[in-house]
Amino acid sequence: MAKVLVVTSGKGGVGKTTSTAALGAALAQTGQKVAVVDFDVGLRNLDLVMGAERRVVFDLINVVQGIAKLSQALIRDKRLETLWLLPASQTRDKDALTEEGVGNVIKEMREKFDWVICDSPAGIERGATLAMRFADAAVIVTNPEVSSVRDSDRIIGLLDSKTEKAEKGERIEKHILITRYDAQRAARGEMLNIEDVLEILSTPLLGIIPESEEVLRASNIGSPVTLNNAASAPARAYLDAARRLKGDDVPMAIPSDRKGLFDKLFGRRAA
Amino acid sequence: MSFLELFRRRGSAPVARERLQILLSYERASRGQSDLLAILREEILSAITKHVTVERDSVQVRMDRGPSVSTLAIDVEIPHSTGMLLATGS
Repeated sequence: MAKVLVVTSGKGGVGKTTSTAALGAALAQTGQKVAVVDFDVGLRNLDLVMGAERRVVFDLINVVQGIAKLSQALIRDKRLETLWLLPASQTRDKDALTEEGVGNVIKEMREKFDWVICDSPAGIERGATLAMRFADAAVIVTNPEVSSVRDSDRIIGLLDSKTEKAEKGERIEKHILITRYDAQRAARGEMLNIEDVLEILSTPLLGIIPESEEVLRASNIGSPVTLNNAASAPARAYLDAARRLKGDDVPMAIPSDRKGLFDKLFGRRAA
Repeated sequence: MSFLELFRRRGSAPVARERLQILLSYERASRGQSDLLAILREEILSAITKHVTVERDSVQVRMDRGPSVSTLAIDVEIPHSTGMLLATGS
């Protein structure tokens, strides 16, 4: 029986899709059977970040509407055989998603996987509310920046009121994932610090993903960052976060990439 | 940063460019049109079902869109009984 996880944020561009791909791959790398589901109907991108954009045949809406079976729409990752993708439709709009249809698809997926990770679209409209609707747990992707924190607060409110779990009076498990964290800027006091973010949102921390060029490089190539370069700082941060999701007790650290000569000479003055 | 790393760092952008070109040329061409893939699938299936009974669940469609050619692979599981029928009937 799978755990259903929604990766959400309210704000766009904070790293939901990157985090979905990286956490999905990280869990699959530990042997867990994982499906990542793109809920961004009309603006899908999870397929591109996962490197499966050329292989999309059917999508979530086809399955919701009964045009395709789940097994026909799932795309197996070429690198990890326990990782699967259910893409969003690029041509339809979000109104094609019905609550009942999504509920049925999620129910079927619960039987087949250990983890079902729903990549929410930005905003608080239908796509976002349906992505979180059947979740057991939520990863709220937050940048250490005022507008992102505000939007995360709004999303937390929705998670606590509009999900099926919340409506049944149960608590949805919530985790903050800080992304695009720049230790040097934080040290200069230019970035909200993590303690402040966690205190404002009063939600526990899942991990801190450092800002890194590795993230861009991985998406250029079409590979989750944990697969593309597992030794890189963001990959290690995601791998740790995935272990915490599984319930392991992993000490919190902010991984950093080993500094080269350039960084030693020019990066130091920033610290 | 070593020289080797310098070269490696340039490495991923051209890959990104090529992937996007392939994807966008396909998406632009199919915008506003009905999905070619869906049409092909339905017509191929209806051609097959004229001769044999197949379960729609036992049909797998795979796609790989390349820069100049795309491949469409349709796997249809034909049960032995109907398969024999086809062989003798045609």
